[in-house]
Amino acid sequence: MDDLAFKAGGWMALALLALAMSALAVDTAFAVHMAIVMAACLVALWVTISRADYAAIGRGILKAPADQGVYDDDPIRWGVIATMFWGVAGMAAGLFIALQLAFPVLNLGLEYTSFGRLRPLHTSAVIFAFGGNALIATSFYVVQRTCRARLAFPTLARFVFWGYQLFIVLAATGYLMGVTAAREYAEPEWYVDLWLTIVWVAYLVVFVATIVRRREPHIYVANWFYLGFIITIAMLHIVNNLSLPATIFGSKSYSAFAGVQDALTQWWYGHNAVGFFLTAGFLAMMYYFVPKQAERPVYSYRLSIIHFWSLIFLYIWAGPHHLHYTALPDWAQTLGMVFSVMLWMPSWGGMINGLMTLNGAWDKIRTDPIIRMMVMALAFYGMSTFEGPMMSIKWVNSMSHYTDWTIGHVHSGALGWNGMITFASVYYLVPRLWGAKRLYSLRMVNWHFWLATLGIVFYAASMWVAGIMQGLMWREYGADGYLVYSFAESVSAMFPMYVIRAAGGALYLAGFLIMVFNVWATIAGKVRSEKPMTETPYNPAADRPLVPQPAE
Amino acid sequence: MAGQPAEKGFSHKRIERNVTLLGLFALVTVAIGGIVEIAPLFWIDNTVEKVEGMRPYTPLELAGRNIYMREGCYTCHSQMIRPFRDEVERYGHYSLAAESMYDHPFQWGSKRTGPDLARVGGRYSDEWHRAHLIDPRSVVPESIMPPYAFLADRPLKAADMRRDLTALGRLGVPYSAAAIAAANDDLKAQADPDADGADDLRARYPKVQIRDFDGDPKRITEMDALVAYLQMLGTLVDVDKAAPQEQAAPAAAGGEAAR
Repeated sequence: MDDLAFKAGGWMALALLALAMSALAVDTAFAVHMAIVMAACLVALWVTISRADYAAIGRGILKAPADQGVYDDDPIRWGVIATMFWGVAGMAAGLFIALQLAFPVLNLGLEYTSFGRLRPLHTSAVIFAFGGNALIATSFYVVQRTCRARLAFPTLARFVFWGYQLFIVLAATGYLMGVTAAREYAEPEWYVDLWLTIVWVAYLVVFVATIVRRREPHIYVANWFYLGFIITIAMLHIVNNLSLPATIFGSKSYSAFAGVQDALTQWWYGHNAVGFFLTAGFLAMMYYFVPKQAERPVYSYRLSIIHFWSLIFLYIWAGPHHLHYTALPDWAQTLGMVFSVMLWMPSWGGMINGLMTLNGAWDKIRTDPIIRMMVMALAFYGMSTFEGPMMSIKWVNSMSHYTDWTIGHVHSGALGWNGMITFASVYYLVPRLWGAKRLYSLRMVNWHFWLATLGIVFYAASMWVAGIMQGLMWREYGADGYLVYSFAESVSAMFPMYVIRAAGGALYLAGFLIMVFNVWATIAGKVRSEKPMTETPYNPAADRPLVPQPAE
Repeated sequence: MAGQPAEKGFSHKRIERNVTLLGLFALVTVAIGGIVEIAPLFWIDNTVEKVEGMRPYTPLELAGRNIYMREGCYTCHSQMIRPFRDEVERYGHYSLAAESMYDHPFQWGSKRTGPDLARVGGRYSDEWHRAHLIDPRSVVPESIMPPYAFLADRPLKAADMRRDLTALGRLGVPYSAAAIAAANDDLKAQADPDADGADDLRARYPKVQIRDFDGDPKRITEMDALVAYLQMLGTLVDVDKAAPQEQAAPAAAGGEAAR
C-alpha cells in the first residue's frame, strides 16, 4: 500500500508541478505544453490507482509475477500500432506539404497550416514517430528472441514506450504552435529535448540489461547495431541540443554554439541521424528479419563484423558534406567528402550481406511478397548509398546542393529503404504477436509492394529532373554574359515536377493505407480467402500417361 | 580499427560476449570523427576571419529573427552564398563565417525553394516586403511562398527581451550591460523614428536602421520585427574590405564588435 501511495503521490506531485509551470509560463505555447504534461501525469495517476489490486494489497500479497515462460510482448504490440498510426500521420503530412509546393493556396493563409511549420512536422513524424516506434518495438522484440530472455525492467520498458509518445506529441504540437529550435531534424525545444534524454537513457538501460540477462553466450549481430544506434543517438542528441533557455518558464532557447561551429555540430548530428537512426537501427532489423523470413542464416559472419565497425567509424565523419563551399573551413569539407566516399564500401558490404542471405532462397522473391519487400529495401539501400557518396563529391555538390535532388535522394533512402524494411518487419511481426495463423491477406501485401515501388519511382525520378533542372538554370549564362534565368523562372519550372512528386507520394501513401487495413484485419482475427501467392498449376485430368486411342 | 582480429591473441568473440566492451568500443569508435572535425573549429583562429562591422542583433532584429525561425523560413531559404560566379552575381558577395558569428543558432539552410536571403537587406523597400509577406503572389506571380498576412495584424508580443539578451550574453554574444538593461526600450525605439532613445540605439548598434517598418506607426507588430530583420541581413560587413584569406593567419586584425 505504501508503494502505491508513493507512486500515486509522485504522479500527483508531477502533475501539480506541471500545472505551476503552466501558470507561470511566459508564452502560450509553453503553457499549452505544460498542460499536456499535466494531463499525461494525471492519466498515469489514474492508471496507477485503477489498475492496483487492492484485495491483494490488503492481504499483504505481492503482485503475482508475470509468466516467465513467455516473452514480454505488450510494449511491442503497442509499438506496432503506434508505428502504423504515426506512419499515416507523417506520410499524410508529407503528401499535404508536397501539394502545397505545387498549389500554394493549400497553405490556407493560416499560420498553423503553412509549409514552414508543417515541414518539420512531416520530417519528425516519419523519422522519429514512425521510424522511432518501429525501432523501439523491433529492438525489444529482437533482443528478447536473440537473448532468449524476457525484457529486463518491464515497467521501465513501458515508460520508454509512453514517454516516447509524449515526446512525439510535445514535438508535433510545438511545431504547429511555432515552437522550434530551427535546426533541421533537431527542432524540438530545450524541455522536450530534456524529456527525450530521460526516455532515451531508460531505453538504453532496458536494452542493455536485457542483453545482460541473456541465455545465449554471444550477443547477436542485430543487437550490435541496435546498441550502436542507441549509444550514438544519445551522444548526438545531447551535444547538438546544448542550449540556454531565455527563461525556464518559456519555450525559447538559444543554441550554445553560433555560426560555423553551430553549423558543423548540427550537420554532424543531422547526417548521423541518418547514419544511426535511419541506417544502423534499420540494419539491425535487416540482420534479424531477413534471415528469419528467408529461413537462411546470415550470409557472412565475418562480413557483418567488418560491416559494423567500419560503418559506425566512417559515418560520423561524413557530416561536413552538407556544408560544401560554405564558410566552413575547406579542410573540414574535404575530410567530410573523403569519408563520405569511403562510406560507400561498408554500406554496400551490408547490402551484400543482406542480399546474399537469400542464397538458396532466391525463388522466394517470386512467391513471398514480404521477401520481395526486403529485397527491394536492400536494393534501394544500395542505390541511395551510392547516390549519397556521389552527391558528396564537391563538384557534384556544387550543382546538387540547395536543390530538390537532395530531397529525392533522401526519399529514395527513406521510402525505399526505411519504409520497405519496416513494412516487411511489421508484416512478419503482426501474425506472430497477435497469434494469427497468417496475415489477413498476402495479396494485399503484394499490392502494397507495387504501389510503394511505383510511388518511389515517380518521386525519385521527378526530383532528379527537378534538382538537375534547378541547378542548371541557376548557373546558366547567356552569350551576352548575363544570367539567363531569374530565380522566379526556376520556381515556375518546378510545377510539373512537384505535381508528379505529389502523385508518387500519394501512391506510396495508398499502399500504406492498404497495409494499415491488412494489419487491422489480421489483429481482428480475420483471414481473407484468396488465391495463394504460390500456385504451381496442377491438373489431375492431365496427370496421366498418354495412351494411344483408336481413331473413331 | 577496433574489433578486427588483427593480432593473434585477440578475437572478436571477446567483444561479442561482453556488452560493456561492445558498448564502450562502439562509443569510442563513433566519438573519434566528431572530435577530430568539430573540436578544432573552436580553437583554430582563422576559422572565423576578423572583419569590421559585425555587431550583435538589436532587440527588434532579434525578435524578427525569432519569428523567421518560428515560421520555419529556413526550410526554404538559405543564408549562405557560395563562392561561385552565378551565386555572387545573383545574391552578392559570398558569405563570410564572421557574418554568422552571433547566430545562435545558424540559419544557413539547406534548400533553396526560395532564393538565398543572406544579403537581402536593402534590396527591396519595406513596402515591397510588406506586400510580399501579406500576399507573395501580388508581387512575384510565380512564387509558391505561403502568405503571412497575420504578421501585420499581430502586435509584437516579445516577452522581456532582456532575458533573451542575457541568455545570448552568457553564450558569448558581446551585449553590454547597458544594452541588456535597455533592451525593451531599444526594441520600441527602433520602430519609431521619433523616439527618444534613437541616439543611444545608434551608439550601441552601428548601422541600425530606425524607422516604422510596417507602415503602421501606431503600434509595433510582428511585421515590424521581421522586416527589420530582413532589411539588416548582409548589411553590416563591408565585404570588399574583408580581404580573401590567403595566408594561414591574416595580417589585418580589425575590431570585433560593438561592446
